[in-house]
Amino acid sequence: MSGNTGKQPTRFHRKEVQKMMVKNARKAKLIDKIVSIFAILCVILAVIPLSSILFEVIKDGIAAISWDFLTGKPSAIGRAGGGIGPAIQGTLIVVGLATMIGAPIGILTGIYLSEFAGGGSFPNGVRFFNEVMTGLPSVVMGIVGYILIVINIGSFSVWAGAFSLSIIMIPIVSRVTEETIKIVPNSIREAGFALGIPKWKIILFITFKSAVSGILTGVVLAIARIAGETAPLIMTILGTSLFFTGFNSPVDALPLRIWRLSSQPYESAQEQAWGAALILIMMVLILSVALRLLAQRRGLAVKAEI
Amino acid sequence: MPTNEIRNRTAEATKYVGNTPFAEEDGSERAETIKRVQEPQHRPKVSIKGVNAWFGSKQALKNINLEIEENTATAFMGPSGCGKTTLIRCLNRMHEMTPGAKAKGQVILDGIDIYDKSIDPVIIKRRIGMVFQKPNPFPTMSIFDNVAAGLKLNGVKDKKLIREIVEESLDGAGLWGEVKNELDKPGMSLSGGQQQRLCIARALAMQPEILLMDEPTSALDPIASSKIEDLVHKLKEDLTIIIVTHNMQQAARVADRAAFMYLGELIEYGFTKQIFQNPEQELTEKFVSGKFG
Ligand SMILES: Nc1ncnc2c1ncn2[C@@H]1O[C@H](COP(=O)(O)OP(=O)(O)OP(=O)(O)O)[C@@H](O)[C@H]1O
Ligand SMILES: [Mg+2]
Repeated sequence: MSGNTGKQPTRFHRKEVQKMMVKNARKAKLIDKIVSIFAILCVILAVIPLSSILFEVIKDGIAAISWDFLTGKPSAIGRAGGGIGPAIQGTLIVVGLATMIGAPIGILTGIYLSEFAGGGSFPNGVRFFNEVMTGLPSVVMGIVGYILIVINIGSFSVWAGAFSLSIIMIPIVSRVTEETIKIVPNSIREAGFALGIPKWKIILFITFKSAVSGILTGVVLAIARIAGETAPLIMTILGTSLFFTGFNSPVDALPLRIWRLSSQPYESAQEQAWGAALILIMMVLILSVALRLLAQRRGLAVKAEI
Repeated sequence: MPTNEIRNRTAEATKYVGNTPFAEEDGSERAETIKRVQEPQHRPKVSIKGVNAWFGSKQALKNINLEIEENTATAFMGPSGCGKTTLIRCLNRMHEMTPGAKAKGQVILDGIDIYDKSIDPVIIKRRIGMVFQKPNPFPTMSIFDNVAAGLKLNGVKDKKLIREIVEESLDGAGLWGEVKNELDKPGMSLSGGQQQRLCIARALAMQPEILLMDEPTSALDPIASSKIEDLVHKLKEDLTIIIVTHNMQQAARVADRAAFMYLGELIEYGFTKQIFQNPEQELTEKFVSGKFG
């Protein structure tokens, strides 16, 4: 019923338009080709350094890896043997703790920004703050952790490290959460409201669930980022050659160990540094694959309780 | 469908969630009798009184007044942009959820103004189902959970009852036969027409008293459309239906009464037959005879 009021075109310009489009199509095809070749070149350029790094790490590091290397304590400087057990343990603890603090806060901030806040001056302030935080060099977070926690406790500590890393994590996670939740179509929310479901339940069981795999990807990215941080850890957990002794004491971490090992002039230490780097890469890789699988599983198992 | 029985049981089950904004006015039996005798036989289910609606400063509805009887189907017609969607969104307080939008006036449901300050706009939506123009099943949920979502997320825990209602709602929406063996599949895996019927089932599961349908067949082929039209006929026995449609044949087929709107105003409202065969207003006559719209 609705089309009748529009005027009929008085004249068709079919011929002219088609001619133009044909001419344009030839040009478009050429441009298409150039653009795709250019894109492939860029991909190759990006992949070369990445894969050569990976190749190098595997080639130089694989020889170092053994059970003792994975579980043992570092040996005295200059001595062969020893392992990176405390560093692996420390990274798991510090990064795990940082994630437990940072991911929920980041996710809640993102949910607030996308579902409750709109564009007022406070939420925009939060967004701006987030952006600034993402841009700050990570050593600044280390200094913050040092001043706020290390000085107060009187010792380098797991808490201080986890705190600093979580501050790096929060803006990343919050940003990804906000963006991902915003993509969920509004019609889905309206369907929920029309059923008389309270807003918080809609957010939790409908909107958030639709966005969860995107958010998980963001969390994994943030974990990968903080797992490789060195500077803030130097100022907060310090590094040690001992296993974990408590949350208020120093602990080791892979990036710190890599840094220490690689700055030693001995061949065996160099090899161990490569080995430790390989382990760090593997850990991040396994984590991201595992979470991806989990998200998929969850996505498929729509029967899951609501 | 023994809907009334289920409605009672659902009301029982949701009681503690605070689902009783319309608690029976307590009065003696005598008062009840007096009321019944004095009041007209057919009390309107919904009366819309002086409803105005705005988007920002743009007025989309101008002083709409009409009454809708229980167990009837009413069609809202009119050219694109005349305010049909806005009007039905005012009937379940959905309109005001659009940023910058506001509504004024009274919408009286069973004698109580849903715009009254004491009414919780969230809870009122549990009594009024809504089917949107475009099918919008919950993307992460199975067919079963799509239909069960309204009950589960509103605190109904009785699994057996939920199962029963899901089956009956899907049956009521004419979808049960097609999906009964794949209730675990994602709702999004259905065709467009099936998704729309899934959305109808989702609304029915809440045991609504009123069902608002915004051009429910605009994305469907004639067969799927006629299924939904049959559905409207069947559902009328249990609830009151308000349907927005662009399709005048459809309005003539399904509606007992029809309202014609133009530029945010209600031009004419009456029995469908009269609106189509003997309209009072020239504008209505022009519209139903296809001279514009
Ligand atoms: N979200 C919105 N923001 C601003 N103005 C709106 C919005 N939605 C609708 N309007 C305006 O309100 C008026 C009524 O719109 P409405 O959607 O109710 O029309 P309709 O009768 O449902 O049209 P259609 O048949 O095309 O669906 C229109 O003029 C439209 O431009
Ligand atoms: Mg509309």
